[in-house]
Amino acid sequence: MSHHYLLPDISQPGKIGCSLPQLDVSPAELPPQELLRQELELPEVSEVELVRYFTALSKLNYGVDTGFYPLGSCTMKYNPKWHEDMAKLPGFASIHPYQPEESVQGSLQLMFELQEYLAELTGMNTTSLAPIAGAHGEFAGLLIVKAYHRDRGDKARKKILLTDSSHGTNPASVVMCGFDIGVVASDSEGNVDMKSLDSMMNEEVAALTLTMPTTLGLFDPQIADISQLVHERGGLLGADGANLNAFLGHVKFGELGYDYVQLNLHKTFSTPHGGGGPGSGPVCVTENLVDFLPSPLAAKDNGKYTFTSPAKSIGRIGNFYGNFSVMVKAYAYIRSLGAEGLKAVSEDAVLNANYLKEKLKAYYYLPYDRTCMHEVVFSGKWQKAKGVHTLDIAKRLLDYGLHPPTVYFPLIVDEALMTEPTETEGKQTLDAYIDAMKEIAREADENPEILHTAPHNTPVRRLDEVRAARNPDLRWEMNSQRRKE
Amino acid sequence: MEVMSKMPSPYLPNTDADRSAMLREIGVSSIDELFQDIPERFRHTHFNLPQPLSELEIKKELSKLASRNASLDNYTCFLGAGSYRHFIPSTVDHITGRSELYTAYTPYQAEVSQGTLQTVYEYQSLVCQLTGMEVSNAGMYDGSTAAAEAAILACMITKRGKVAVLNTVTPTYCEVIDTYVGGRNLSVETVELNSNHLSSDCACLIVQQPNFFGYFEEVKAYVQKAHDIGALLIAIVDPISLGLFKPPGDYGADIAVAEGQPLGIPTSFGGPYLGIFTCRKEYLRQMPGRIIGKTVDVDGKPGYVMTLVTREQYIRRERALSNICTSEALMALAAAVYLATLGKRGLKQVAELCYHKAHYAADAIGKLKGYSLAFQQPFFKEFVIRCPMAPSQINEALLKNSIIGGLDISHMIDNAMLLCVTEVNTKQDIDRLVEILGTL
Repeated sequence: MSHHYLLPDISQPGKIGCSLPQLDVSPAELPPQELLRQELELPEVSEVELVRYFTALSKLNYGVDTGFYPLGSCTMKYNPKWHEDMAKLPGFASIHPYQPEESVQGSLQLMFELQEYLAELTGMNTTSLAPIAGAHGEFAGLLIVKAYHRDRGDKARKKILLTDSSHGTNPASVVMCGFDIGVVASDSEGNVDMKSLDSMMNEEVAALTLTMPTTLGLFDPQIADISQLVHERGGLLGADGANLNAFLGHVKFGELGYDYVQLNLHKTFSTPHGGGGPGSGPVCVTENLVDFLPSPLAAKDNGKYTFTSPAKSIGRIGNFYGNFSVMVKAYAYIRSLGAEGLKAVSEDAVLNANYLKEKLKAYYYLPYDRTCMHEVVFSGKWQKAKGVHTLDIAKRLLDYGLHPPTVYFPLIVDEALMTEPTETEGKQTLDAYIDAMKEIAREADENPEILHTAPHNTPVRRLDEVRAARNPDLRWEMNSQRRKE
Repeated sequence: MEVMSKMPSPYLPNTDADRSAMLREIGVSSIDELFQDIPERFRHTHFNLPQPLSELEIKKELSKLASRNASLDNYTCFLGAGSYRHFIPSTVDHITGRSELYTAYTPYQAEVSQGTLQTVYEYQSLVCQLTGMEVSNAGMYDGSTAAAEAAILACMITKRGKVAVLNTVTPTYCEVIDTYVGGRNLSVETVELNSNHLSSDCACLIVQQPNFFGYFEEVKAYVQKAHDIGALLIAIVDPISLGLFKPPGDYGADIAVAEGQPLGIPTSFGGPYLGIFTCRKEYLRQMPGRIIGKTVDVDGKPGYVMTLVTREQYIRRERALSNICTSEALMALAAAVYLATLGKRGLKQVAELCYHKAHYAADAIGKLKGYSLAFQQPFFKEFVIRCPMAPSQINEALLKNSIIGGLDISHMIDNAMLLCVTEVNTKQDIDRLVEILGTL
């Protein structure tokens, strides 16, 4: 079955994709007609047709299991297969969130221990696993900041400072929490411009959110000074922990002076990205913020595990306790690697990124020529001068069977190519990528047309995004009219 | 250079020889040198974590932890209240288990992401067919956050700052709506509207159909009340009920949201789930979340892309409508496969099985001495019973018989329990429950 079909095209009346039990009780009277549905038009397909249709679609996709996926800031590392098996154990997958606590002690213990491990790894006091994704964790973190200042009776702090290299979710989260935004500049080295921070950090600022390492893949050596400045003036220091893979098992956010950090289990802790979720975005806080954490928290009381609600909690941020099955996978990851294994993870992540940097910096402009952490940000500006854009380079990589890096981010780098190899790639894979990137740089000089028209051998070629936005076609429609045709 | 660990890690393909060669190319003598930007005093900290275990050993430990839970494979369960036990056909697990799909990320490179993109287009279409609404996004975190984002959208559309929630909406949903709406310094009010009017400064009225107690609201009257003052009606629905009952698009809801978990997603101790979010076409350009659209490539071949991205955080930053980025894409795929597997007949049959079995159970329990149904309105698969003793006491006795009873809501209604019966509960299960209740 070709993927040019959609479900209605293969639907035929009378088909079904599974069998269902017959009614084993005497039927009740149906409620009044006005409550009942008149018509339900859903596709009707047999099991084999359904499976072939979705299998054909899956083959059009590129995942980490397909090949190298250096999407910067997304930490596309390999996801161990057995983690999936563990999350599907009936004792984990087939339990209801409202079962009596004594019947879910295993889950509560796992959550409690994972909270402790993440607190230890970040140097924080307590972790909440409630946030469902990274941006959800940012949201929780900023609500905690708001609650903390309110609790102190400080109502003047209405602003959150961000850096100009921050993720798009950062400013969006700030607005969701009712704060104003101040943007701190980066200096020529890619670090926080201390003069800019100094001039902005006043009694209206509730917190500075600073990704560490920054989205430029650089560790800011001024971190202790930054922390001191922010705290002296009554603010809190928060981290978007998206880049923890850079110093996992080496450095603790708490020791750097951070008050809270939000993690991404689907990045650093190797749970799959699912095509855009499910993720998990725990928030870890220092002791002075524990009372404000979202509820509930897993706790241990006299050898029994239970849920508690922090005293001054920001409240509930999702209907239940977070993405539990994602937690199972992250737990498996931490337990199977231990402190030394996690340290080895960030060492290879940093080694791989620096290797790419050294091998490619003669071919692509490197805006910050210094040791990088887990990712390296190149600029396509040399190629741009010849009329070839970063988008063309990215599309050409697809022809080489490779997934491109994150492009056009961070915004402060012109024609950015943000490349994060992760530790789960070996030198052989990196060398193949380096060869492809060198070849593309040569093509940009000698045959730019091949880049402008790339990709050539993907399931579809460049898609008309303008048309998609102007005349939105967001669904098929199926009605009895169509079925009769 | 140092040797990393005694046993090589299965997840680190570099050999020590590779590492040495790479360090030479970089021009440093040790990996430690690569960490030199981090001040020395932060670098040599101790991490107190358990010793690492092999795959074999940790699998045993995790199996042991899992066995400490009462799995619903071994227990009969009558819990609902926002997380529902429904039959999941194996097609769902096998298709969501295709690693091309589950190891990919957000489809930024559309040319190699058509699998993800087309399945989301299918999801959006199926959800619109099911709800009778005009447009759907690609899914949100869960039903409660979808409801909260809907409330905020209503405030933006109407330029009003107050959200009204009917007092029969699931209490935990109210808490989440409170957190989100309060975050933006807007206000929430719980309302009881039998004969009252909605105050004219409300942006929306949120109604759950069927409501937390399981029975159907006279939703048309609420739609009228909302529209009379220029507010939006936000419906929270149970997607399985729509196999049999009137969809929100038919009764005039402006935004309809739902917990998508019943559509092929395991209960998994509360997550990951799926927030279904649908609305009228006129709100499309303000709708939060990801949206996939159909278009053509340079050769005129049909294909799919993320569209209307100027609403989203990674383009628009602080002017974005929501901060949502990573969502629940794989769960949306599960829901699409579920709906396609069941199709029009299957979904209707599941809804009918739930309806008749729930009524069979309610009828039998209602006849027991000391028990009665708390509400007389029509219901779908959940209902409230008043018990002759504390529900906690009943649940304790049931648990000893490998039955997980209903949700204790005695803090809301005296000695009341909210029960849920679905197609996975057999007549035998229900008869046993009734029998034990009768002996207490």
